[in-house]
Amino acid sequence: MTTRLRVLDDGAWISVNDAREVRVSELWRLDAPDLCECALSDLVVENFQSVGVDGPTVEVRVYGQCIACGVSGTTGWIPVGRVRGGEFAELDRSAVRRVRR
Amino acid sequence: MPTDVENWKSEVYGSEIRDRLFEFAEEGYDSIPDDERDAWFERFKWWGLYHQRNGQEGYFMMRIGTPNGVLEPGQLRTVGEIADEYARGPGVNPIFGDAYADFTTRQSIQLHWIELSDVPAIFEKLEENGLSTQQACGDSWRNIVGNPVAGKDGQEVIDAWPVIRELNETFKGNDDHANLPRKWKVSVTGSADGSGQGDINDLAFEPAYRAVGGGGSGSGDGRDRDGDGGESEDAVGFNVRVGGGLARNEPRLARDIDVWVPPERVPDVAGGLSALFRDYGDREDRYNARIKFLVDEWGAEKVRERLQEEYVDFELETAGRDVREEYTYNAGEGERNDLIGVHDQKDGTNFVGLNVLVGRMGADDVLELADLAEEYGSGEVRLSQRQNVIVTDVPDDTLDDFLDEPLLDHYSPSPSPFMRGSVACTGTEFCSLSIVETKNRQVRFARWLKANVDLPADVDEFHIHLSGCTASCAQPQIADVSLRGMKTRKNGDPVEALDVGLGGGLGEDPQFARWVTQRVPVDEVPGAIANLVESFAAERDEGESFRAFVARHDDDELDAFVDPEETDYEDPLMYNTKRTWYPYAEDDSMEDAPPTPADD
Repeated sequence: MTTRLRVLDDGAWISVNDAREVRVSELWRLDAPDLCECALSDLVVENFQSVGVDGPTVEVRVYGQCIACGVSGTTGWIPVGRVRGGEFAELDRSAVRRVRR
Repeated sequence: MPTDVENWKSEVYGSEIRDRLFEFAEEGYDSIPDDERDAWFERFKWWGLYHQRNGQEGYFMMRIGTPNGVLEPGQLRTVGEIADEYARGPGVNPIFGDAYADFTTRQSIQLHWIELSDVPAIFEKLEENGLSTQQACGDSWRNIVGNPVAGKDGQEVIDAWPVIRELNETFKGNDDHANLPRKWKVSVTGSADGSGQGDINDLAFEPAYRAVGGGGSGSGDGRDRDGDGGESEDAVGFNVRVGGGLARNEPRLARDIDVWVPPERVPDVAGGLSALFRDYGDREDRYNARIKFLVDEWGAEKVRERLQEEYVDFELETAGRDVREEYTYNAGEGERNDLIGVHDQKDGTNFVGLNVLVGRMGADDVLELADLAEEYGSGEVRLSQRQNVIVTDVPDDTLDDFLDEPLLDHYSPSPSPFMRGSVACTGTEFCSLSIVETKNRQVRFARWLKANVDLPADVDEFHIHLSGCTASCAQPQIADVSLRGMKTRKNGDPVEALDVGLGGGLGEDPQFARWVTQRVPVDEVPGAIANLVESFAAERDEGESFRAFVARHDDDELDAFVDPEETDYEDPLMYNTKRTWYPYAEDDSMEDAPPTPADD
């Protein structure tokens, strides 16, 4: 089954199968050594740059800022949820996300 | 690979969108196929319609483009009547009620809670009265801005209003320029005060003199450098700058491309540069699409060369003598930092700039202002880039009566500096991009600052711009105090926060704000500004402007001046307003979002 993925509203939303599912302006805990030196980044999601899939996992690259250290930048691919049977389930917002290496 | 937006635009874009828009309006919102909604919502922008954010399904923001902010007699009444009849929805704003108009930083008007089924009737009424939403949004020529009192201003070098009208007529609905890689923002200014804010536009025409005719070996820039007292004379036209803009943490000042153009050639040069952007702009990466990035890549000289070689069929003249040293608008010091108050018109009457706090005015007040404009002036009203309104053509003999009108107690020609200087974008009330609540918050900030903070006696302007995100719709980088939406944690919990920048402004030497303090929880921002003002008052040199004060301190010193702290200011919306369907609703969770409006 094909999953339709889009970055919408100038980077404000990730759309999965024509439904806005993941929004900017959340705080994500992130294991992202490429972004900053924090053991765990606390990232304000400011803008989605791109969206893709890795198997059932929907991934995004985002522009944001780690509020722990102040570093801004664009992340690598970060999981935001999974598609099963055509239905999207967003990751728990409190989950620690790991950048795909 | 072209983006989704480019693919959608390649299928249907420009004027032809209107037919489908009207069909959807007739058949009902639900007639838009689910899998086509994003494409159609993107296209509707070209006709000035933005679908509001999640939780407000089926409601649209409508932007009316008023070139140069000019509302001819009767047009403000039309706006007020439309706002009163159509701009009402399930969310009621606790400060502004349930029908209002927003005056924007690009001299346009925005209405909210518009239902698709009402669009044809609204368009009919707008167009009967000479107004339009065409290209108010989308990837094309946006509303053209400039000095809002063009043609009337006693300080004018050249009347830019006929030029703006011609550009508007030439490039609105022009198929050759309907589908650009990204938005295209144009400023044309004829006054010597810099009130067109050309520096932050994709394309700017600024007043300049140039020698024409004889005149021996003159330089051509309007100065008689050979001293022969020559026969050349100064013609008044425009210098051209390209590639300014504030968005996406990538602010740029428009670059001088060393071109002077007489008024009659402005459409040729503007069209040439628009076509250059159309042909060479980046259509594969919307984040890199604005012409400012092309100017970064090419440099101003190459832009000029390509314009000359490929897009105009006459010899471009080199830049003339500008008047930038006279610029005062939003410059941080001197007179006419804005157009508030009573000012002379060149015909002997007056224009009166009225402060509209954060640019929002209730429909009843819009209608009352339209009455007053007819009673005391010509009926004309104009909009500034500081979200304020200007009533023009008020004779001396009725000026005092006008100033005594009760409505002006609320929309004052002599407001508190904190009211006068407040600019705010739409924010999370309606906007998908914004990270924080903005308009009501800036009202709360301004009221608290007015009640609790004293500026030095000789400082009567203090600009605070609050933008919800890096899109910079409130132009935060060109304010004394720049506030930009962020998030932080307070006591471990996520809260809305603001980055604080200082010392931005335009004028002869424009300067973007320096972001000196990051992620201040919103309830500590008024205290931070109070501490900042206290330090400014205590440590400034005599008569020193705030902008100059900022310029002579380094970032660490400024950060120390900001010093965020809690005060008796309480912020009722500290937490994530994006997770609500409407931040001010009693039952605000997404599960309580209203159904899409019924088609009737």
